[in-house]
Amino acid sequence: MLTQIVTLLIFVAIIGSILYGRRLIKTEKVDAVFGNPERAKGGTHWVIVGSAAILLIWLYYSWDIAKAFYPKSANELCQVAKINDSLMGLKYQFPIDEREFKSTSIIKIENKNLKKIEKEIQNTPDLNDEQKIILLRFISKTSQLIPLLTNDYLMEANTKSKIKEMSEEIRILSSNFKKKDYPFETEADKIERLKAVSEQGGWGIIKVQSGTGSIENTIEVPVVPETNKGLKFHTAAEDLKVISDKFFKLRNHNSNFKTSIKGLKNEIKLYRESLDDSEEIASDYAKNIVKIARRIEFASIYPPGALDEMQSAIIEFDNLQKSEQGGLRLIDIILFPAGTIVASGPSCSEQGSGRWLPKPSDTFNKFILMSKPSVGYKNIPLLWIEMMDVSSIIGFILPDWIADILPGNYPVHTKDGIVKENFKGKVLKIVTGDFKLFKIPVPYGHIWDSFLRVFLGLVFGIIIGVPLGLFMGLNRFAKGFFDPLIELYRPVPPLAWAPLIISVLGIDNTGKVFLLFMVSLSIMIISARAGASGTQLSKIHAAHSLGASKRQILRYVIFPNSLPEILTGIRVAVGMCWGTLVAAEFLAGTTGIGFVENVAKKYFQYEVIWITIFIMGMLGLLFDVTLRKIIDKTIPWRGKG
Amino acid sequence: MTDLISQNLNMIFKTPKGDTVHALKDLNFTLKKGELLTVLGPSGCGKTTLLNIAAGFIKPTSGNITLNNKEIEGPGVERGMVFQQGALFEWLTVAENVNFGLRMKKNDSIETQRKVDEWLEIVGLKGFGNTPTYQLSGGMQQRVALARCLINDPDLILMDEPLGALDALTREKMQSLVLKIWKETGKTIILITHSVEEALLLGERLYVMAPRPGRIHKEYKLPFAEMGLKEDLREIKKNKEFGSKREEILSMIWNMEEEIMGKEN
Repeated sequence: MLTQIVTLLIFVAIIGSILYGRRLIKTEKVDAVFGNPERAKGGTHWVIVGSAAILLIWLYYSWDIAKAFYPKSANELCQVAKINDSLMGLKYQFPIDEREFKSTSIIKIENKNLKKIEKEIQNTPDLNDEQKIILLRFISKTSQLIPLLTNDYLMEANTKSKIKEMSEEIRILSSNFKKKDYPFETEADKIERLKAVSEQGGWGIIKVQSGTGSIENTIEVPVVPETNKGLKFHTAAEDLKVISDKFFKLRNHNSNFKTSIKGLKNEIKLYRESLDDSEEIASDYAKNIVKIARRIEFASIYPPGALDEMQSAIIEFDNLQKSEQGGLRLIDIILFPAGTIVASGPSCSEQGSGRWLPKPSDTFNKFILMSKPSVGYKNIPLLWIEMMDVSSIIGFILPDWIADILPGNYPVHTKDGIVKENFKGKVLKIVTGDFKLFKIPVPYGHIWDSFLRVFLGLVFGIIIGVPLGLFMGLNRFAKGFFDPLIELYRPVPPLAWAPLIISVLGIDNTGKVFLLFMVSLSIMIISARAGASGTQLSKIHAAHSLGASKRQILRYVIFPNSLPEILTGIRVAVGMCWGTLVAAEFLAGTTGIGFVENVAKKYFQYEVIWITIFIMGMLGLLFDVTLRKIIDKTIPWRGKG
Repeated sequence: MTDLISQNLNMIFKTPKGDTVHALKDLNFTLKKGELLTVLGPSGCGKTTLLNIAAGFIKPTSGNITLNNKEIEGPGVERGMVFQQGALFEWLTVAENVNFGLRMKKNDSIETQRKVDEWLEIVGLKGFGNTPTYQLSGGMQQRVALARCLINDPDLILMDEPLGALDALTREKMQSLVLKIWKETGKTIILITHSVEEALLLGERLYVMAPRPGRIHKEYKLPFAEMGLKEDLREIKKNKEFGSKREEILSMIWNMEEEIMGKEN
């Protein structure tokens, strides 16, 4: 319903904006010549057209429009696909979709193979003349097998009648298929089918498995026919399947052929047994010849014209089912671009853009579902808060050795088995967080974890990088001493460090924060150094003459002067850290947005993949916009000095 | 005695190629308290080097320079500096720039505020205290630089082409301001300039310096600064004596420039 409205709104928006844009062009004074940048200003209506076009393409190629306007179409197309699946094998025997009869092409191929092997035998120096004569005789005998199959007079009456029978069955199916009440479904069958329909759910249904909290796509396309039309195709497909199976069991073997091939096989077998180990090449050739003979035996080679009746019956049915599809065929062509629904075995699936491009409506629903803290992903919410006692935070911050260095000993139990608490023991309880205070909400979840890693990596990078960078910008020793170290690790792509760091520091937060620290450190050092060394000498001189001490010059002149460079560095570092983090979470980890995407990839959960992509884009944008705001607020003088 | 005394001042720079440049050679002069000295010369004659030595940013190779009988050994508050441009702290407001020196000394904040207001009024920037400096025009920025230097009450003010980057109109106004401040405060001022007119207008004394090696070529004692305190500066420029002095110095500097060109060719 929502998708329908959105689709219509998009059309209205696009057409309205284009009309508005055209009217604007007409009414506007054309006082700006081509090349004047003024001409590029404004144009919100074109933004609307652009965004709407993207959304429309998404809706269209994900087949969401088909789903919104024809929700049953996938189920019906699934039934059609079943018929195509059953028909495929039969059609393949005839020049319907192919260029020639299956029999013709098999004969062509096998004759070619025999010719090739014949030439090889004639030219090879590894065989003696006697062997060559024998092998060539086998080849001519094999090629003589084919006329035994293609001769209409030799064809057995039994085979002929069976083919006729099958043709008749297809004809009956065709005449039934035309009838309105074709499947002749009984009331009991109908009740059972409708029960199955109500259980199978809709197209692209999402089910939350209770207990595990994980999201699964149960089925892509419902298989049980929901409509009468679908039922017709479904039943016909089943009938066809039976006929098709019967046909492929049938062998066109007459008695002449049977004796010939049996004799040939025996002859070759005896010959191969007579050969010793040194004559392995002759044996191999004989084996290849018998392989071709077997292929001829099991291929369905029929005399020309023997299957004419059956061919016309199949063509008749195929045309009939195509015309019976009616409007469905149009929907398939127009609303299922770049692919369609295919049936394979017992299930139907989307094949094409609808498969990997999730439907906006599904994605939206899944996103709302995943945002619920009780669902989340892998039992962890995307972003939520939990109540945490302040004591555990205090216990985390205060080091345990505070209690150890106090005078006295920890309490020892008495002979009555009672432990009497003393001061040292009480302090230990405080520094380990073993007490109750009030609770405060603390955020957690995949998004928070990713964010925290970037934040911590960045903060450590700034705390160490900025002072070091300033120092390096002002001091020859520091510059010379630290430069080789930084230049050695900086050019290495951060991800190249990831396997090493993750295996040393673990897959949890420590490794990733350290990796991000490395990324931000080099950027911060370089930007702070550039800021410090870019301070105008006259400013330093002025500060000296105004009586500032070295420390004051650093604090009040060099640091603020480097601030634009440092803040730009932070902006660059955030981008780099964000990119590195997601890739690092791909490598290893148990939480984080990159982890979610990596797991979703393993289970082909395309919606989840797109959701994570969207979340990452939004968070990256959020970081950048926030930093840009901070930069504009803190260094308004930038570029104006 | 607040004299600036220079004795046999020599400054020799070594270029990275290994050549030596004699920036200043045997400079001897005495500047009495309250004098306004302008220094003029073609580029490369050591004007700025002289100023940097006086400010204490660099140490002379030989000879000594004293202020109030004390050797100059480094930058200090008693010698204030005004630069051509770009020396304001653009992350601070006008008032914060002006009180920078006092803040560094951690003076009483109320007293500081009073002084800032006073000096902003003198340089004509009353009411601009909270304006960020990057929003000011070039002339206003130099007024801030003047106030920032003077608030520290230095004995000697060193000005390195302070008006060089200003347009002609602003420059004239600022020249009057410099003269006014000189008169009212009675400070000793050394002002370096490229402009012959400015040097003649502002200088009570004028040194024309010559390059290679940098030395004092000629010294003038001029009446125009005193006149400038009473008269309009444009009137002085029409003065006959002013015109002849200007031509004399201009041709002197032209000859120096030609000499340099000849040496190079």
